[in-house]
Amino acid sequence: MTFRKYLVLVGVAVFAVTGDSLVSRGMKQVGTISLHHLQDIILVVFRPEVALGVLFLMAFFACYMAALSWADLTYVLPTTSISFILLTLVAKFILHENVSVMRWLGVVLISIGIGFVTQGPALTPRPQPTESEECVAEMSARVEP
Amino acid sequence: MKQLYAWSAVATIVLTSCCGDVLLSRAMKQVGDVAELRRRSGLMTVAARTLRNPNFVLAIIAMATAFYAMLFGLSWADVSLVVPASTALTFVANAIAAKIFLHENVDHRRWIAAVLVGTGVILLAL
Repeated sequence: MTFRKYLVLVGVAVFAVTGDSLVSRGMKQVGTISLHHLQDIILVVFRPEVALGVLFLMAFFACYMAALSWADLTYVLPTTSISFILLTLVAKFILHENVSVMRWLGVVLISIGIGFVTQGPALTPRPQPTESEECVAEMSARVEP
Repeated sequence: MKQLYAWSAVATIVLTSCCGDVLLSRAMKQVGDVAELRRRSGLMTVAARTLRNPNFVLAIIAMATAFYAMLFGLSWADVSLVVPASTALTFVANAIAAKIFLHENVDHRRWIAAVLVGTGVILLAL
């Protein structure tokens, strides 16, 4: 695991939290969308918060896909759950919401979980053909009619 | 009856989002390390390889289904039940699915992590 790869994992969490929060804020400003005015759901994308939120969610998905290209699913999912911790910290210190003891306990459990998974390797080793083996396979394929 | 609706929504969300994650993980492993691939042959190759991968297309379909299942679930049932229950169970279900379908080496550290994160998510919602 390089520093860049850790940055991608942090990106997954940060972009997901930012995107979700922006979309949620934008949707609350719009209010209830009734089934009779379904065109509103398309127009809502042009609101600045929602548009910015969608951009962040696209960045989240790109980072998530990049992470899955070099790490196991069972490594990426627990490590990126750092987003729940970020969300709680934002709620407490930026939005000044009341965070209950239970929620802090949840944050502690998630942190321990992340600690456990990052102790191990990020990717399950797969038997990959070495260069000499590939060479032998190629040569035997040429010999056979 | 309402409980039954809520839990069937949770089951659908967990199943579809789990399928989505497993398929996306398989697709990206087939595409290969994107950073390395981009360095070697450019961003367009990465995009083309990903979009042409059948597992990627199936993953998007599964994730879209999960999204709509979540929307329907929320309109039928209590948010404070459906969201934490499906999020928490998805962590554990993904660990099981990754072991069976992706043959990932899910050792004790990863099992513990999946259970702790799942429990933590439930506590956050209390």
